[in-house]
Amino acid sequence: MAVGTYERAPTLERADYASPVASELETIWETKPGIGGWLSTVDHKELGIRYIATAFAFLILGGIEALVMRVQLARPNLSLLTPEQYNQIFSMHGITMIFLYAQPVLTGFSAYLFPLLLGTRDLAFPRLNAFSYWAYLAAGLFMYASFLVAAAPNDGWFNYAPYSLKTYNPGPNMDFYALGMILLGISTTAGAINFLVTVLRTRAPGMSINRLPILTWGTTTTSVGILLSMPAVTLACFMLWADRQFGTHFFDATARGQPLLWQHLFWIFAHPWVYIIVLPAMGIVSDALPIFCRRPLVGYTVVVLGTIATMVMGFGVWLHHMFATGIPFIALSFFSGASFVITIPSAVAVFAWVATIWTGRPVITTAFLFFAGFISMFVIGGVSGVMTASVAADRQLTDTYFVVAHIHYVLIGINLFPVIGGLFVWFPKMTGRMLNERLGKWSFWIILCGFNLAFLPMHWTGLAGMPRRIYTYQDGMGWNTVNLVTSIGAFFLALGILLVLINIFLSVRNGAVAGPNPWDGPTLEWVTPSPPPPYNFAVIPAVASRHPLWEDRLREGMGHSSVHRGLVLDDGKEMLATTVLDAEPDAILKMPEDSYSPLVVAVVMTAGFAGLLLHWWVFSGICAWLMFMGLLVWLWPEPKLGQSARWDR
Amino acid sequence: MTYLRTFGGFKGEQIKVLTWALLIQAIVVVVIVSLLVLIGVLLRRSRRPATGLDRQPVQETGSGLSWIYIGVGISTIALIGSMIWNGYTMAAIDRPPRAPELTIEVRGHQWWWEVRYLSQDTSRIFETANEIHIPVGQPVEFRVSTVDVIHSFWIPALGDKIDLIPNQINSNWLEADSPGIYRGQCSEFCGQQHAHMGLVVVADKPADFQAWWDSQLQPAALPADQPQVAEGATQFVLRCGACHNIRGTQAGGRLGPNLSHLMSRKSVAAGTLPNNPAYLSGWIADPQTVKPGNLMPNLDLSGPELASIRTFLEAQK
Repeated sequence: MAVGTYERAPTLERADYASPVASELETIWETKPGIGGWLSTVDHKELGIRYIATAFAFLILGGIEALVMRVQLARPNLSLLTPEQYNQIFSMHGITMIFLYAQPVLTGFSAYLFPLLLGTRDLAFPRLNAFSYWAYLAAGLFMYASFLVAAAPNDGWFNYAPYSLKTYNPGPNMDFYALGMILLGISTTAGAINFLVTVLRTRAPGMSINRLPILTWGTTTTSVGILLSMPAVTLACFMLWADRQFGTHFFDATARGQPLLWQHLFWIFAHPWVYIIVLPAMGIVSDALPIFCRRPLVGYTVVVLGTIATMVMGFGVWLHHMFATGIPFIALSFFSGASFVITIPSAVAVFAWVATIWTGRPVITTAFLFFAGFISMFVIGGVSGVMTASVAADRQLTDTYFVVAHIHYVLIGINLFPVIGGLFVWFPKMTGRMLNERLGKWSFWIILCGFNLAFLPMHWTGLAGMPRRIYTYQDGMGWNTVNLVTSIGAFFLALGILLVLINIFLSVRNGAVAGPNPWDGPTLEWVTPSPPPPYNFAVIPAVASRHPLWEDRLREGMGHSSVHRGLVLDDGKEMLATTVLDAEPDAILKMPEDSYSPLVVAVVMTAGFAGLLLHWWVFSGICAWLMFMGLLVWLWPEPKLGQSARWDR
Repeated sequence: MTYLRTFGGFKGEQIKVLTWALLIQAIVVVVIVSLLVLIGVLLRRSRRPATGLDRQPVQETGSGLSWIYIGVGISTIALIGSMIWNGYTMAAIDRPPRAPELTIEVRGHQWWWEVRYLSQDTSRIFETANEIHIPVGQPVEFRVSTVDVIHSFWIPALGDKIDLIPNQINSNWLEADSPGIYRGQCSEFCGQQHAHMGLVVVADKPADFQAWWDSQLQPAALPADQPQVAEGATQFVLRCGACHNIRGTQAGGRLGPNLSHLMSRKSVAAGTLPNNPAYLSGWIADPQTVKPGNLMPNLDLSGPELASIRTFLEAQK
């Protein structure tokens, strides 16, 4: 569409945050105070922070589960937990960390940052964003409700059939898993669609596709990954549930079902998922590390291409989780080769970060320490991954503690380190207060030491032959000391995380006042006050380079970005739609008001799933009907948004 | 259980060398990149305080792209090299150097191993459990499957693991190059007692192996001069025979491990306890405390019943 199809031409004005336009926008965009506003808000900043806070709550729960397991495993033959309790706890630990912490926390960063980075006022579908959050919270609570009936999922996060079938697992444990995962999948899918549309259509004018911050590239890429991989696990969980409740035979070997089918469907989803929970975190580092190195990232284009290549190849390596299942030789060779090759784009990112440090002037802040530490942890997780890419070596390594060490270097090293670093970077933006640097540096060193004390020796535990997922082990196997060391390290790691939480708690009230741009960062979020007003930008900025706030100093781009003079959109809740590749202004979007309907739809949907769990079929039917009604209210056209029927002849 | 030292003949050696090579390469890469980061930070760091970032100039000194070209170039060569070595190793160990003379069937149960020795001579086929003897210096083929959930058959010091999948017969071959006792363990999560699903492989000299096989074919020992053994045999058939099997008695159960020649084994309860009379009694008296959740019920045996069953089992050498 050409510019000519505007219904009205917005004016170009200069406006700051004290101008009349700003106060007008404030009244248009602000959420009502009180509990009503809290439940109905669609503000991406509020929801993003809520996402992050909820993910951290799950991180704490998963962490407590980990500590309980580490006490049980500290010495041989301990019986703090029964085998069944241990199995439930290790399963919930995995489910919590992988599904309820690692991805949602990145969604939180993206939900908070996307509109700010992109120079717009909200995500493309604000109500869908609220729904994603509520459905995520509900899915987490749904799965955790299983503890109330002492029947938490007990077949690991991977949940292999046939142990998950009714014959071997008669309780409701696996139903909590199957239904909870479908519920969570709905939330994740909604979020992915939202990010994709936001990034494709609502960027600031001039922010062509090659000027996107890398975090946006990470989340965009993984959103595509989610849309392509999520159906596999949703389908698998539905089939599992049907096997368990209605006697279908998808995975039931006694009736010629295929237990291996579960593994294929699961890993077709879960291997891409590994990249889904690291690529945006790598994006955080690619965007934020350069701020502290005082130079742009080295190799923007190749890093972006590497991000995409990783995701694409991530769909071609799932079989490396199944090297010992009796797969034919030729398939093994292909997937083994692909698993080696997928390391190359990651190497691109590693050397880009190293080069950024070497060609910059690093300023040692807490965030910088987390990012620099991350590079090392990333490489450890990477090279242990290369070892498991080899079929010959992997058929020794797989299902031992070596792989446990590997996955923790991936999840903690490549997800938690950037997330904490990112928190130090953007906490001032979110709250207007700085986190305490001194306490932050203490927490970095304790986390780094505790983490490596816990998980570096665990590689050895695996090489010494200790299988995964065992609730205890015998004396005299050579595993005692390493396990004790790991348990001690785990508590140090927990202490470090606790310090971060204390830091947050103290700084949110008493931290130094941040100002709009405490790190002198280059991207658009640093234009806004800290915390940003509900409407983010008084006028829609126009962008002429990758680093709008650095371009005077870098002399990059053609012309100048204009951040304080731009399009005024103040006729109600409005955003600008731009074209996909070049981000040319295209249309004015009328954005929806706050609404209870996303919350209501999420709640009745969850109630419906609870009904399925309890076999209250009629109740579930009623919930489905209520959900439909809720969607009608949600989507009901509003004349004041211009959503009225019209005949154009 | 470590596999950084192996006794697995040609196959074990191939895997071990590759694993070591990849491990060393991994350590070298980690050290190099970590040093690059550390030295880079120390050399290039700004002396200005972190609070005044805006006073620190922003400049794009050099594109830095040569770092990526060189780093990724070297990484790619290393990765392709590893890939080729892995491919070579996979091909080399895919089949044994000569056709195995011995084939052993292993079937996984929650939570023990059923073992069946195959032979052309049907009179030499027999079943045992949880302890596998093999002759040294010969490749042995294992055909594995499961009666319930997925398990994984793994003797780390001899070679790689293979999963036991329902409705599927997987095979793997292993070879021991020196006599010894090699421990193995189920390595795919299989439920409550996954932790206690161990087994041992005993590698014997070929002559010893044949002698062991011959002795396993002998029927149960019922010495006429020991009435308590005969009494124990009756009790065993009555109380244990529905699940357990001892060749030469009427105990013909198939749900639990075959206990023929039990005393020739080194452990009971799938590698959980050493096989001596004290542990054996404790296990029979209260299996649910030793291995909570396992499928052997507590039988509430009286003292004399327990003693006679134990005496009978002790005679099964």
